[in-house]
Amino acid sequence: MKLQKVAQAPLAASGDGPMLLALRDVGKVFSNGVTALSNVNLTIREGDFLSLLGPSGCGKSTALRLIAGLSTPTSGLLDWRGSGSFDRSDIGFVFQEPTLLPWADVFDNVWLPLRLKGVSRAKAAPFVMEMLARVHLTGFENAVPRELSGGMKMRVSIARAMVTRPRVLLMDEPFGALDEITRFKLNNDLLELWQGERFTVVFVTHSVFESVFLSNRVVVMAARPGRVFREFAVDAPYPRDEAFRTSPDYAALCRQASDVLIGAINSTAGSHHDGH
Amino acid sequence: MTAIEEHTLTLDPEEARRLRQERLERIGRWLLPLAIMILAIWLWDRVCVWNDIPKYILPRPGVVLQTLHDDAGLLFSSLLVTLRITFLSLLLAVAGGVGLAVLFAQSKWVEMSFFPFAIVLQVTPIVAIFPLINIYVDNQTAKLLLCAWIVAFFPILSNTTLGLNSVDRNLRDLFKLNGATRWQQLRYLRLPAAMPYFLGGLKIAGGLSLIGAVVAEFVAGATGQSSGLASRIIEAGYRLNAPRLFAALILISLTGILIFLVLSLISHLLLRRWHESALKQER
Repeated sequence: MKLQKVAQAPLAASGDGPMLLALRDVGKVFSNGVTALSNVNLTIREGDFLSLLGPSGCGKSTALRLIAGLSTPTSGLLDWRGSGSFDRSDIGFVFQEPTLLPWADVFDNVWLPLRLKGVSRAKAAPFVMEMLARVHLTGFENAVPRELSGGMKMRVSIARAMVTRPRVLLMDEPFGALDEITRFKLNNDLLELWQGERFTVVFVTHSVFESVFLSNRVVVMAARPGRVFREFAVDAPYPRDEAFRTSPDYAALCRQASDVLIGAINSTAGSHHDGH
Repeated sequence: MTAIEEHTLTLDPEEARRLRQERLERIGRWLLPLAIMILAIWLWDRVCVWNDIPKYILPRPGVVLQTLHDDAGLLFSSLLVTLRITFLSLLLAVAGGVGLAVLFAQSKWVEMSFFPFAIVLQVTPIVAIFPLINIYVDNQTAKLLLCAWIVAFFPILSNTTLGLNSVDRNLRDLFKLNGATRWQQLRYLRLPAAMPYFLGGLKIAGGLSLIGAVVAEFVAGATGQSSGLASRIIEAGYRLNAPRLFAALILISLTGILIFLVLSLISHLLLRRWHESALKQER
């Protein structure tokens, strides 16, 4: 079992779907002169669990915001042509913080995306309740966010993102602020959700372990300027569970991914010399 | 590091002291102000007796209470007049303050352009503006309302504006992602987010609208056109009727306290489930 360069080998069996989105030579320069992204080329396939892994400042969150349409690229383009008809409501977004409405209870928070589309409480209720069940929050409909733990808040946030049944779920370091036990639990539950439905996930993280555990493809990014350093497939079968997390295979994959990440970080140190 | 908690009934000296302290504070919070108040009233009474002060200079508390009872009809009908102005102006201040804040929130440009006017209105003493209002406005009630409104609307406007603008950036993005209209963003995000700020402003405005109403009556009352509490005070002052003066004063203070308490209660009820300000301190 080893990490394979995408160019050399086919993707892990789970990532063979048709192309959903391609970033072509995408660059983003902020008005303060900072180049957040430079010449990013990236293909996202239907059903992918793709991680964007890299040190802070490598533009991974910026890339996610571009995909979400919250920001527009300075150069290059986002090619959605492979995806058929696709609009914003096909995107679910999970932020770094739970980002819940503090005055609204769990039900209302999850209802929100549907409510904004004009779906009444009664019509939305079955979808909301089902989503809450799937993130293991049945019985907490009437709690307000401050009554929940950090992990539970994140579950609400995920339920809210998923309640519209989006084709793509974009996640911006969603578990970064959680303790390790909670993070593992949420990792498992997220995979369970994904394995059930095979929507597409783009997952931003700075954790090697998280990216290897979750994804079928990892895109390692480097900083200054933000760019794709290398892309590889994680060649391990799903379903992945606690047994996988403690397996030697997982440890080996993590080690290899770490090496790539270290390479990316070092490439930043000498970035004046490389031709990017 | 988490300490292992031991659930035993014997408390160590430090915890026992803390518990005692907490109990004392709970009782003291009510008892102390009450005791001091009673002591002050008693001292007031004694000072009158010891120095043989005539009641048209400083009436004894008992006399004031008696006046409050004897003149109840006159005083309370006046209080009602003042209260009417107070509540109407507070209502208008809420409508005007929130309305303007929502307007300002629609665009930074509108806010930048018009906010200075609100500040000018706020910093100019109302007593100084009143003669102008007196010239321009004929209707007596309208005059008083305008005065009280100018005093009361600013805290609501400034607080609500701040609240509408302090929405979490990610939440704003979330609404954008879900294709929320301007109206939806206002209704489901910005107005609820501004609620604690608005309620803070409301508490200040409640007191100010009473002050505004009384001040307006004072200025207007000099011409004998008003029948509010302020005119009773002026009247009583002319006649050296100190007991009635004190009685009217006490009524105004009690009204102010009541307004504050009611608004605090409303604020607590609306925010208790979610906002930090309404949560009980844990330890």
